[in-house]
Amino acid sequence: MWMRLLVVAGLHLGLAALGAPSALANTTAGPQAGLLQSWNGVLPQSRGRWTPVDHKAFKELAGPFKTPEAVTRACIGCHTQAARQVKTTIHWTWSKRDPATGRMVGKKNVFNTFCANITSNEQFCTMCHVGYGDTDPNKFVPFEARADDHVDCLVCHEQTGDYHKIPFLGGNPAPRHMMVRPGCAEFYGTDKAYVDPPDLAKFAQSVTAPSRQNCGGCHFYGGGGDGVKHGDLDTSLIAPSHALDVHMDVKGLNFTCETCHITSDHALTGGHYHLDAKPENITYQRGNPHGGDPVACRSCHGDAPHKGRDFSPTLNMHTASLACQTCHIPEFARGKVPTKMTWDYASAGKFAPNGTPLTIDDKRGDNLYWGVKGDFTWGRNVVPAYRWFNGTERWMNMGDKLAPGADGVAEVNSIEGSPTDGKSRIWPFKIMKNNQPYDTVNNTLAVFHSFGLDDDAFAMSGNWQKAIAAGMKAAGLPYSGQYGFMHTRMYWPITHMVAPAKDAVPCGQCHTGNGRLAGVPGLYLPGRGSDHLPWLETLGKLAVLLSLIGVLGHAGIRILLWLRRRGGKR
Amino acid sequence: MTIERAYLFKRFERFWHWSQAALVFILLASGLRLHGVYGGLHFLTALRLHLYAAWGVSLLWVFAIFWHFTTGEWKQYVPTRNKIGAVARHYAWGMFLGEHHPHHPTPQHKQNALQRLAYLWLKLMINPLLWISGILLLLATYNWLPAAAWAAPGRGIALAAWAHTAGAYLMMVFVIVHIYLATTGVTPLAHIEAMITGWEASEK
Repeated sequence: MWMRLLVVAGLHLGLAALGAPSALANTTAGPQAGLLQSWNGVLPQSRGRWTPVDHKAFKELAGPFKTPEAVTRACIGCHTQAARQVKTTIHWTWSKRDPATGRMVGKKNVFNTFCANITSNEQFCTMCHVGYGDTDPNKFVPFEARADDHVDCLVCHEQTGDYHKIPFLGGNPAPRHMMVRPGCAEFYGTDKAYVDPPDLAKFAQSVTAPSRQNCGGCHFYGGGGDGVKHGDLDTSLIAPSHALDVHMDVKGLNFTCETCHITSDHALTGGHYHLDAKPENITYQRGNPHGGDPVACRSCHGDAPHKGRDFSPTLNMHTASLACQTCHIPEFARGKVPTKMTWDYASAGKFAPNGTPLTIDDKRGDNLYWGVKGDFTWGRNVVPAYRWFNGTERWMNMGDKLAPGADGVAEVNSIEGSPTDGKSRIWPFKIMKNNQPYDTVNNTLAVFHSFGLDDDAFAMSGNWQKAIAAGMKAAGLPYSGQYGFMHTRMYWPITHMVAPAKDAVPCGQCHTGNGRLAGVPGLYLPGRGSDHLPWLETLGKLAVLLSLIGVLGHAGIRILLWLRRRGGKR
Repeated sequence: MTIERAYLFKRFERFWHWSQAALVFILLASGLRLHGVYGGLHFLTALRLHLYAAWGVSLLWVFAIFWHFTTGEWKQYVPTRNKIGAVARHYAWGMFLGEHHPHHPTPQHKQNALQRLAYLWLKLMINPLLWISGILLLLATYNWLPAAAWAAPGRGIALAAWAHTAGAYLMMVFVIVHIYLATTGVTPLAHIEAMITGWEASEK
């Protein structure tokens, strides 16, 4: 009888328990419920589909074009505001004021822990600038001194995939038959030893809205090669699988970069000099007045994105302190393309017997040493580092005094954030380390001339003294003549390569003693031993142990004496 | 010496006892997993077990409290000095010698003086400590009280979690001693049988 009761009552209990969390799910689901399901067919799917124009039909683009500037003049003949719009964006200026810190950021102003600095290397670096400069390798034309027809429309809009801006030409495509410089073949876009001037009309006629390949042409190759810089951006995202990126999946949603980095007047949203680490009230929805943009996950997914499971409220509670990326990008560099993790300029400068910079690759083809740059290590499927982050990064400007931390490492972009400022969440980062030259007397990171065809360029001479002197001079900074090497660190917030839900970081990888969030302060993380009260644990375990010993001892005496009594009776 | 049988535990009490026992074991096992004491079991599985069992035990306690007050059975837990020395002496000494238990349970006085104290301690200290700290943890982590400034972020939750941990250790001690003392009836299985059938055997 009691057993039947137990079963019946137990069933009721189970139902009541099931009812409780699902009722919660209803209260926490935001207005976005159901939005995701209706996306197919609403959002621009892939390049070209949302323009009613075929540029092949325009006689203005029939060509032939002698110079790329002539193409731009044809473009702005109709798109009258386009060049002026582009010239206001950071894609052109490489410089802007960070509203959070008031400091100047952009490539022109800050250091990085890859090739370190743009200044004095512009004719090389501007092969990723949305403009045309002077094809003389030694003559850099400042961006602000360039006419409207020097805006490069093709790099973002042409769809042949054959358009390549050539190193040392200030951002121009090959103007004549040219030999490929050793170590740079990736940027010339050829396997041959030379390049010829391309048919510019072919590019002009192919234009449409930018594709992933357009953006990736520069952003996948940042830091000097495919996947080198970001860790979450490389050529595997040109045609990614569902497992690599659920949004860009070519067989699924097939987002372009601009589906999230929405553009108006040629200005793109997003960017990592400063970002909104805890965006709220920015729902991106038709008819919803907003100042936000869909570049943040929450714009579309809301604050309570998990639905329909009994543990959805449990997952949703995590959004208060975790960025979506923290669980949903379990590793970066997941597309088989490795990313550079460390770089050691201190070992650079070795040349092979034939006089070219020494190159050492490992069996997989990863470049472990290059005379121009030094030693490298690479990572694939890298587990990110996790930090509290409020979106503000304090960037080191050229000329800033070095202030290395207790570990002797200077940060070129120290990230701000704390568990208590109300603006931070725990974000995943790629941390890129270098060991780069600095002025030991002035205590400033060295601006140095790494790339050029002159003898001061480190790539040509392997001479730090000359390269630093030239770089500091170009930057207008004093150089004492004494240099050393400073360990540096750079933070890259990870936000691309969003994995399918089933591949999200499992609970147990953080809720454990030595997991992904080991050492992240400001949380009580169940399962993380460092959050326990040591004396309470000791006392508790001792009490349990003593009670076990007590009852076993008591039982032992009872049995012993009972046996003796029984023996006595016999 | 005669063996006397008394009907001590009514149907609800037996159901309450065994379902609570099962839930407490589930809560302890899953709680230790959540605490990081052992691995293997998926964290989420342990969490779901813990939450469902917590809701279950909460519901059970609501029923049990209601039952105690409507039936007047709460009086079974009122502390008494009656034979307290004799009872203590029995557990510490007399039991080893095979002496009879000084307390003879009747439906009106099921518990001896030490049992009353032990269960009062369980019901007024251990259970409320676990219950209140558990509810605070739910309120804070699930943000059911958005204005709960004490909970944000970490410190308040840590206090509630530490209280919950302390409660769990106390509960473990209780369970160990309770299970052992269940074997100290007139025969080793007498108390357990009583909690199954309701009929307790005792010596007179």
